[in-house]
Amino acid sequence: MSETNGKRAGVGSSVLRLEDDRYLRGRGRFIADIRLPAMLDVAFVRSPLAHARVRGIGKPQGFEDKVFVMTDLDGVQGIRADSGLPGFRSSVQPILASDKVRHVGEPLAACVAESRAEAEDIADMVSLDLEELPAVVEMTRARDPGAPLVHENWSENVFLETAVDTDFEKSVKDAAVKVKRTFRTARQSMAPMEGRGVVAYWDNQAQQIVVYTSTQMPHIVRNGLAGCLGLDQGIVRVVAPDVGGGFGYKGILLGEEVCLAYLAMKLKRPVRWIEDRREHLTGNANCREHHYEITGYAAADGKLLAIDCDAIVDSGAYSAYPFSACLEAAQVASILPGPYQFPGYRCRTWSVATNKPAILPFRGVARTGVCFALEVLLDSIARELNLPPEEVRRKNLVRPEQMPFVNITKKIFDSGDYVECLDRAVTALDLPAIRARQAAGEADGRRIGVGLAIFCEQGAHGTSVYSGWGIPMVPGFEQATARLTPDGGLELRVGVQSHGQSLETTLAQVANEVLGIAPQRVKLVHGDTALTPYSTGTWGSRCAVMAGGAVAAACDVLAGRIRKIAGHLLQADPESVVLADGMARAAGSEIALKDIGAAWYLRPQDLPADVDPAGLEATQGYKTQRDTGTFSYACHAAVVAVDTETGAIEILDYKIVEDGGVLINPMVVDGQVYGGAAQGIGTALYEEMRYDETGQPLAATFADYHLPGACEMPVMTVDHMQFPSPISRFGQKGIGEGGAIGPPAAIANAVNDALAPLGVEVDALPMTPFRVLAQLARGLNKSEQAA
Amino acid sequence: MKPVRFDYAAAPDAATACSLLTQSVAAKPIAGGQSLGPMLNLRLVRPDALVDISRASDLRGVRDEGNAIVYGAAVTHAEIEDGAVPDATPGWLASVARRIAYRAVRNRGTIGGSLAHADPAADWVNVLTALDASVVLTRSLGTRTVALAEFFTGPFATVLAHDEIVTGVRVPKRGAAARWGYWKFCLKVGDFAKASAAVLIDPERGETRILLGAIEKPPILLSDASAILAGRMPLAAVVTDVAPHLSYDSHALHVAALRRAIALATASGEVAA
Repeated sequence: MSETNGKRAGVGSSVLRLEDDRYLRGRGRFIADIRLPAMLDVAFVRSPLAHARVRGIGKPQGFEDKVFVMTDLDGVQGIRADSGLPGFRSSVQPILASDKVRHVGEPLAACVAESRAEAEDIADMVSLDLEELPAVVEMTRARDPGAPLVHENWSENVFLETAVDTDFEKSVKDAAVKVKRTFRTARQSMAPMEGRGVVAYWDNQAQQIVVYTSTQMPHIVRNGLAGCLGLDQGIVRVVAPDVGGGFGYKGILLGEEVCLAYLAMKLKRPVRWIEDRREHLTGNANCREHHYEITGYAAADGKLLAIDCDAIVDSGAYSAYPFSACLEAAQVASILPGPYQFPGYRCRTWSVATNKPAILPFRGVARTGVCFALEVLLDSIARELNLPPEEVRRKNLVRPEQMPFVNITKKIFDSGDYVECLDRAVTALDLPAIRARQAAGEADGRRIGVGLAIFCEQGAHGTSVYSGWGIPMVPGFEQATARLTPDGGLELRVGVQSHGQSLETTLAQVANEVLGIAPQRVKLVHGDTALTPYSTGTWGSRCAVMAGGAVAAACDVLAGRIRKIAGHLLQADPESVVLADGMARAAGSEIALKDIGAAWYLRPQDLPADVDPAGLEATQGYKTQRDTGTFSYACHAAVVAVDTETGAIEILDYKIVEDGGVLINPMVVDGQVYGGAAQGIGTALYEEMRYDETGQPLAATFADYHLPGACEMPVMTVDHMQFPSPISRFGQKGIGEGGAIGPPAAIANAVNDALAPLGVEVDALPMTPFRVLAQLARGLNKSEQAA
Repeated sequence: MKPVRFDYAAAPDAATACSLLTQSVAAKPIAGGQSLGPMLNLRLVRPDALVDISRASDLRGVRDEGNAIVYGAAVTHAEIEDGAVPDATPGWLASVARRIAYRAVRNRGTIGGSLAHADPAADWVNVLTALDASVVLTRSLGTRTVALAEFFTGPFATVLAHDEIVTGVRVPKRGAAARWGYWKFCLKVGDFAKASAAVLIDPERGETRILLGAIEKPPILLSDASAILAGRMPLAAVVTDVAPHLSYDSHALHVAALRRAIALATASGEVAA
């Protein structure tokens, strides 16, 4: 507990973001802001076809030394990300394709020139001799007998198939209702404001290849880079500058990173590649595409008896490093039961290979799709049983007195009150008023509806969870270094990377909580493999818990050493020394931390004889008490109006009640929740990369790939419940992804509620006017046939 | 993506612009660049020279002809939105301008550029056709005036010759008795319309015009406007008749656009199906 200028700045305070000054003034240093002397620009020649044999790549005459194909990259290996799960089929993603291309946008050649425009001029002149092959585009047809094979040495287009069955048959015997639905979610292109980008150069002094890259995980990129390049890790340095959003899009080793690093070493000149939106949209639409056939079995009172699900994930052509092609589907099977308890569960998943970009985990990972499938199904069950949807949920949610609760897939929910979360959301909406309005009808003829979605979100899960998947990256102890500077400031070094999470602020608040140093005097060093402890990076809602825990642990050690020196200088018992406001206080007297720093660094003659020789710098590792993860949870509640003439959906009201445990900075959490919900609304209503039957992506700019903008955002409110996690340092829970999980389910349920009198349900995302109109037409046909 | 190499010249006036355009068949005029800019970057167009007409002094002005106002082609959407230029209508142009794309686009995008680009979904293409506007076209050889109904020859195609530019847009004035309805359907704010319709009822001039727009080709002025307004023709059949190529959902959206534009113009809020 500490005060800064009379205001609390530690855990729980809405401290203004330290990074905002440079961000809001447009003075950050992002990848494209880095200019190095004699730097060359790279443009890639990318495949115009989804599936083709490469018969030849012709370098333009006079530019042979400006164009690089795979055979020019001596000794460079492709990217491999195998899972250890039994039956996983292995693939290698070439750095530059040389025998086959497996999706539109796959790189075939790299062209270098003094400017990007000139590099594109050269790329224009490269000739491609491609023999087009039939493409695998539709995930539900990928396993058809006789389907073309994405990887010819495989027997079918499946990376991995999984099956779980817990007491399914015996649980369904007494079901009063069986409700079956088919759902699908669209392929999306994650869209951080800043795209990907790489600047690489050979540092002759350090004898290192230095790779600046817009990444969420510099250490993991270094692992992968060193492996593909066949280099000692010691000669590879990876640096993430300011990163303008990630969401999972930058949680990957890029072929472009490998290629640029090689070119920088080969050409002995700095090289850079800045992804443009066309490359981004056409070559990297890489997330969210799921298909569910799901059946719920329930008793007449709404009690769930069992869930049965066949899920397909369109994993694209390759297995992305480090998360692999099967993380998404493996997650589907393990998290589908959501926050509910029921006795029977059966789930089969297929991670199918198609001629599309490799799937990546996007904020919320599989949860957004899973929550959509399960929560929309629950509303269908409620309608079938003629029960209010909130009542069906109340019947099945894990109850607070059961915490910690081990669910049917062995997930350990750490704490919380899911029922209260639901109830608060229902109260916030004023459900009776909406039902009355619904009964009265709208003056403009639109139909209104209410939808709920409740889910829990595992964050900061560690070794025991990831080791089971056998992917190239398993998080262990998270480390941080804390160093008191001679003037009483603090340097923190962490291996996670802030790409919008406000870590420069929140980790400073954690240090403040332990050491009493003002956040403004805490300098966070992150994103550089040369300067920070190893970390798997920023993903999986893990930073507040893991990096926060590690910073606290390192500061604890430092605090002990500071107290010892302070006790000596104050002639007091070190145990009695209190650290606050940049001071060490004991026995009615105090000494500034700058004087403690000065004692160690500048006047060691003042130190006690038995001072700890490790000094005022400490590195500590941290794990949660149990590494199965914190479980934040939330209820999203939406009111929509559906225009049945145009299919347009307007969100009239949107309430979020969530539990992130103890919030380190509530204002930052609000931002995370709002931002995530905006992306969830994109998934629900707007974002979709469509492909034609040959695998051509049908959007190349944001004019055709629709992201929600400020005008599409409803006014949202967030209500925080704060049940501390019993397993984390301060009781904090990972909350970074939750906002993006709930909206599709809540909005779909609201739309279905609005359309229920017409006997119409939506079952696919995004719920564009076109889809809504098609469903309405189908409903009309049904009722005509019935009549 | 970056554009191909091209030369650039800013024309001080229309005559200079036309003369520069005659120097190369691959030269193109550019005004606000809000459509041409992305097309250049995507290399969908590869000019060898751009002639910038956005600052041509004689394209920036407005002339009142008594019964019409002629807008210089380089007048921006924002200037119309803000009332920086007079509105030939009782505020309709400003209200249309306010909903074109986003303010950043409106700051640069021009009325003449939008017409010359001839995107079937663009607001001015449809609204100004419905208002019976015409364009003044200029080349070194001379000037001609073409009604917008004759100007568009296809999606993104017009009667403009290569070395000819739109210099002015002549919009007939509409008085207080005139009624107007314009309704467009966009997937999000700022999106190009997926369907649009406009209705003009001008008793002073004895004109009734109903236009169906955003139909993947130039807009269509419906015959039988009076019969439609009187509710004597089912709108679904009207749309099918003039735009049989539309898909099921696009047809539904155009019917909705028509119904709502009529409702706005008649202020009845109710229209017979």
